Amino acid sequence: MNTILKTQGLNKVYSLGSFPRTIKVQALDDINLDIESDQPVIVSLVGESGSGKTTLAKVILRLVQPSSGAVTVAGHTVAGKGTRPNHNEFLRTVQPIFQNPFEAFSQHRTVDSYLRETAERVGKLHKDAAIQAVEEALAAVGLQYSDVRGKYPNQFSGGELQRASVARALIPRPQLIVADEPVSMIDASRRMIIINLFMALKEEYRTSFLYITHDLATAYYISDYIAVMNKGRIVEFGDAKQVLSQPQHEYTQLLLDSIPRLNSRWVERRNPTTG
Amino acid sequence: MIRLDNIVATYTTQRGQVNAVDGVTLEIPDSIVMGIAGESGCGKSTLMKVLYGDIGFPLSLSSGSVDYGLVNERGEPVTTDNIRSEWFRHISYIPQSSMSSLNPVVRIRDQFVDFPATAGRKKEVLAQVRDFVQKLGLPPESIDAYPHQLSGGMRQRIMVAMATFFQPEIILADEPTTALDVVVQKSILLLLLDLQKEMRNTIMLVSHDMGVHYQITDKMLIMYAAKVVEYADTDDIFQSPLHPYTLMLTNSLPTIGDERARRGLPGSPPSLWEPQVGCRFAARCPIAADRCRQEEPPLTEYQRGHFSACHFAGDVAALKESMQAGPSLSEVAHDTSKLMLDLEADR
Repeated sequence: MNTILKTQGLNKVYSLGSFPRTIKVQALDDINLDIESDQPVIVSLVGESGSGKTTLAKVILRLVQPSSGAVTVAGHTVAGKGTRPNHNEFLRTVQPIFQNPFEAFSQHRTVDSYLRETAERVGKLHKDAAIQAVEEALAAVGLQYSDVRGKYPNQFSGGELQRASVARALIPRPQLIVADEPVSMIDASRRMIIINLFMALKEEYRTSFLYITHDLATAYYISDYIAVMNKGRIVEFGDAKQVLSQPQHEYTQLLLDSIPRLNSRWVERRNPTTG
Repeated sequence: MIRLDNIVATYTTQRGQVNAVDGVTLEIPDSIVMGIAGESGCGKSTLMKVLYGDIGFPLSLSSGSVDYGLVNERGEPVTTDNIRSEWFRHISYIPQSSMSSLNPVVRIRDQFVDFPATAGRKKEVLAQVRDFVQKLGLPPESIDAYPHQLSGGMRQRIMVAMATFFQPEIILADEPTTALDVVVQKSILLLLLDLQKEMRNTIMLVSHDMGVHYQITDKMLIMYAAKVVEYADTDDIFQSPLHPYTLMLTNSLPTIGDERARRGLPGSPPSLWEPQVGCRFAARCPIAADRCRQEEPPLTEYQRGHFSACHFAGDVAALKESMQAGPSLSEVAHDTSKLMLDLEADR
């Protein structure tokens, strides 16, 4: 069994305000996750806003230093006090996809320049090989290099640009892609195209995903495992289908009860035509 | 009964004029919750603006008007021309973002009573406001706070309180819970339903979440590229839709416990800048024929109270069956060739 993602006693305390009125906010409270599998997996991290799921993503991506604890991804210790992994090696292990692709890419640079640079700097490829890697990654997400080349972010639709950012994350062939709310900016009718793409890439590129979302229905659809977060703690973790069909923790039950479902109503509605 | 007669709403921009709502004719019965759904850019928010009478540059009404079925103080019927003087009293609006709708530097209680009708009896009105917000599940002191001191859910309750305080006949809610978490969303939606049951007013709710529509609406209006494509009772919209777009919209997202693989709706709506010929959904429609690309389907009442704008409304039931017979999630999960990727089509 390979360790895909492991966190040990992860804590993060944010201090807000200035002395003497500092408020301490425990964004992560003793997070212990251990995901082992021989196959790549999709792990969903769900919870309300403020539950700490984005902080956990940022710690794994080394964007936030944890107050204590450590994170291991595929055998590499990536975060923790005093951890200084080789930068390129880290970028070949973990790659991010952010919520809003229009903010992830600068409006003043072409999108393909980001992809080429990732291939050259992180993948250590020379010019021709870099372009080939970019072409390959774009093809995996259903885009063509000739269509992307020389275009600025505002010339793409939201869905296409998000697929380009998925392609960028694929170029270094990372072990884990951390996707923080990757579909919430995309129109509901087209979300499933990205979600199905994640499932396909898991099989084809053997990449695991940490899918962070507040949408339990898409989490149910794609994940192998699910972790439910509330107030900085992981309150329930397990097989996704099992956790969401037989929730054990009362917070998971509350979340599930609150979803506006399409099969059972909270209150009976009358029929307006026949009365 | 609210009557909309051939509403055409136009935005004037540097590029020219574009019709964001293009010929909507409707009758909305009283005391119902009506949902409006569609993709972003389909005109649902513009239709709300027209209904609210909030028409000003760059938006203008090129044709049509709304008859609200109300009579004002002078005994005249209320239409688009004079709806503005009925704001709050007979029609009110719940916006999506309470943070940008409330004045951040004025206490909520002062925003509540800040209009001429309360002159000279502000204390009396404030006492009523305190009773009212308490009924809505807020501590009465919350109106003494500044907006930023309240949580998102509390602020949205304040917005609901402001919109319903005068028991208006019509309440317009544009994505009222989109910014909230599911737990808070449920409480706000149930609160709205309770108030509607008590006050018997008409609520028009815009949401992109079909689950929200299923939970609280009585009738639904489905819009696509500035046109109404289907208008029916909510149960009919979900159980027996008569437009392929409605079917694909309600089936585009997975639900917990449903093991069917989903494919979403590849492609994008047509650009409204181009002249439109035929059915606007034809390019993305699985059952489109040559007739659809040439002849625009009119909104037709196929069953009592069930309108659809599709030449092949009768074939939608068969399409629904074929979609339900599609592959299950476990069949496609490890076989990318079976995964319905549609990447080429989604441009």
